[in-house]
Amino acid sequence: MAFEGLSERLQQVMSRIRGKGKVTEADVKEMMREVRLALLEADVNFKVVKDFIKQVSERAVGQEVMKSLTPGQQVIKIVKEELTALMGGEQSQIAVAKKPPTVVMMVGLQGAGKTTTTGKLANWLRKRHNRKPLLVAADVYRPAAIKQLETLGKQLSVPVFSLGEHENPVEIAKRALEQAKAEHCDYVLIDTAGRLHIDEGLMDELRQMKEAVKPDEIFLVVDAMTGQDAVNVAQSFHEQLGITGVILTKLDGDTRGGAALSIRAVTGAPIKFAGMGEKLDALEPFHPERMASRILGMGDVLTLIEKAQAAVDEEKAKELEQKMRTATFTLDDFLDQLGQVRKLGPLDELIKMLPGANKIKGLANIQVDEKQIARVEAIIRSMTKEEKMHPEIINGSRKKRIAKGSGTTVQEVNRLLKQFDEMKKMMKMMTNVPKGKKKGFRFPFM
Amino acid sequence: MGFFQKLKEKWTKQADTVTEKFKEGLSKTRTSFAGKVNDLIARYRKVDEEFFEELEEILIAADVGVATVMELVDELKMEVKRRNIQDPAQMRDVIAEKLIDIYRAGSAARELASLRIQEDGLTVILFVGVNGVGKTTTIGKLAHKLKAEGKSVLLAAGDTFRAGAIEQLEVWGERVGVDVIKQAAGSDPAAVMYDAIQAAKARGVDVLLCDTAGRLQNKVNLMKELEKVKRVISREIPGAPHEVLLVLDATTGQNAMSQAKLFKEATDVTGIVLTKLDGTAKGGIVLAIRNELNIPVKLVGLGEKMDDLQVFDPEQYVYGLFADWLDS
Repeated sequence: MAFEGLSERLQQVMSRIRGKGKVTEADVKEMMREVRLALLEADVNFKVVKDFIKQVSERAVGQEVMKSLTPGQQVIKIVKEELTALMGGEQSQIAVAKKPPTVVMMVGLQGAGKTTTTGKLANWLRKRHNRKPLLVAADVYRPAAIKQLETLGKQLSVPVFSLGEHENPVEIAKRALEQAKAEHCDYVLIDTAGRLHIDEGLMDELRQMKEAVKPDEIFLVVDAMTGQDAVNVAQSFHEQLGITGVILTKLDGDTRGGAALSIRAVTGAPIKFAGMGEKLDALEPFHPERMASRILGMGDVLTLIEKAQAAVDEEKAKELEQKMRTATFTLDDFLDQLGQVRKLGPLDELIKMLPGANKIKGLANIQVDEKQIARVEAIIRSMTKEEKMHPEIINGSRKKRIAKGSGTTVQEVNRLLKQFDEMKKMMKMMTNVPKGKKKGFRFPFM
Repeated sequence: MGFFQKLKEKWTKQADTVTEKFKEGLSKTRTSFAGKVNDLIARYRKVDEEFFEELEEILIAADVGVATVMELVDELKMEVKRRNIQDPAQMRDVIAEKLIDIYRAGSAARELASLRIQEDGLTVILFVGVNGVGKTTTIGKLAHKLKAEGKSVLLAAGDTFRAGAIEQLEVWGERVGVDVIKQAAGSDPAAVMYDAIQAAKARGVDVLLCDTAGRLQNKVNLMKELEKVKRVISREIPGAPHEVLLVLDATTGQNAMSQAKLFKEATDVTGIVLTKLDGTAKGGIVLAIRNELNIPVKLVGLGEKMDDLQVFDPEQYVYGLFADWLDS
């Protein structure tokens, strides 16, 4: 199978050499063959793979196996550490010019997702950092590209600078900068047309634009699904323009994204953001360590843990635990709990982050109906205080009222009440665990 | 006569513009790929283990994919033993033959590449693929090509999701001189298809080209939406869509296999359009896709101009990759 995780494959090799105290050269060689295949299958450029393997092998040979780790785990640890280091260690931030506006040029091949990403970046700057961006429509070649940016601008309520498709892109950028200064914008985000790195005429246009507006950031926008050619593209753009950062798009797909490693290796430019979906808020700062896990097929455990930690209120969890023990868990608490889980993000995405989730049949493609959860919330909110505390008083006419109030049906109200009842029973069972085994209330992945 | 002589002959006889286009578009692909193989052959005196290792790398660099490369190299090793080849120069023929073999798998190339256009009555072609591969552009180019062949064409603006997508198709419609059936942004794509089919029937057009929104193949709901679009088309016209073309970006790596697999499951893809071959990417994954999923490449995109869409010919493709060998 092509997309087997590296950990499983190494496990296979390791089962043959388990129990050794030291990792020998022969062991390393055999394991490195698997690492090499995994990286190549993840689209990491073969030259980058070669250098990488050499480096890791040197470090791995002769290492004493830690007590807590199997030799396989130890090698994975080294591989992951080296991979993370190669990917840039810590995540980096977007530049801020000493004197605003900060000028950002977005460049890349056709179809990489420049226009969408430009919109997302504007949204991110405005919402997360309260900055005032100006979008600049400098793609005069692709039909309706300007219209696309204008539509995005409207959706985001961010101004879009455009001179139509008959003006020179360099001129557009210059005039946009003037306007941004006049209107005291913090950021100028220039969306340029997609072009091949070997198209001399169009590459020259970008050089002129760079000369004219002196950007603080030149972001190369790269499709995460790019194959071996990522090296050529990145190198060529870098040589001609001197890119300052990379934005990886379409990472919400099922690609391993080895291109990230290749680009990083040939340009040295940090990957700053990742596009994680079609919605305009689906742009996230890039995490090198998580990407390393992903390329190796190890699941994105860290992201998940971090999300869980951010969303779950410790205090509330304790309170909840208390309630469960004393069996005073009410529908109100249930509502609260639902809210906390939802804060973690779309449930289907959470599931995908679990390592090995793609192995469990049916789980990989599970689609959690967010609307269903919203309906459950609506039902509970349509109850009176008393009903929420003592659901057993809910009779036929109350059910009708609740259904009406929440825009659902009596059947749905019934279903919820039944589920809640079963949940309570389960909690009783859970909390009746003998002393010493009690660990408090935890989400299963915490 | 050696394989390359045959190819070369075919080439010189067929010195039409199509071939030239292909050669032009693939020239960068060719220089880098064949250049490397040439280096390889020049540097090695013997066909040995190291030779194969490096050949492996060249093929991997073309995005052919590890599994297919391993298979190919194993077969080549057998061949070398059988024919007792020692001179690396002799390897050219063998490598090219094997690559074409993998692709053809017993079928005639022409047959593989031709679009199933109905003799009479409406032909419906549905375009599917992930975001940014060039679906809309390909539709514009194909509309131009079909129109030049004397067919009447209608376009359906089924990408109701991405901002500016409908306008983009409309611009292509104007350029080529064909009508576009559309609804407002955000409307149900299946409803657009229904409208388009009714319009196509009423106007008696030959070919209806249906655009759809780009979607990543792991988004189950979006893939279901696509299934519905196809179902609506089939319900209105039995036997339609006559072609479901998956548009693939040649720059894409191994994920293209996953794209082909999942789009095939959802919409029973009948062929591939390989776009952006005018860059430095080789799109070698199509060999693996053909090998594993039996989906042939029907068209290739070799540039941004209206007439930069060509019928795929595997021999020309491989010839394009190896042309430097011939000239040297």
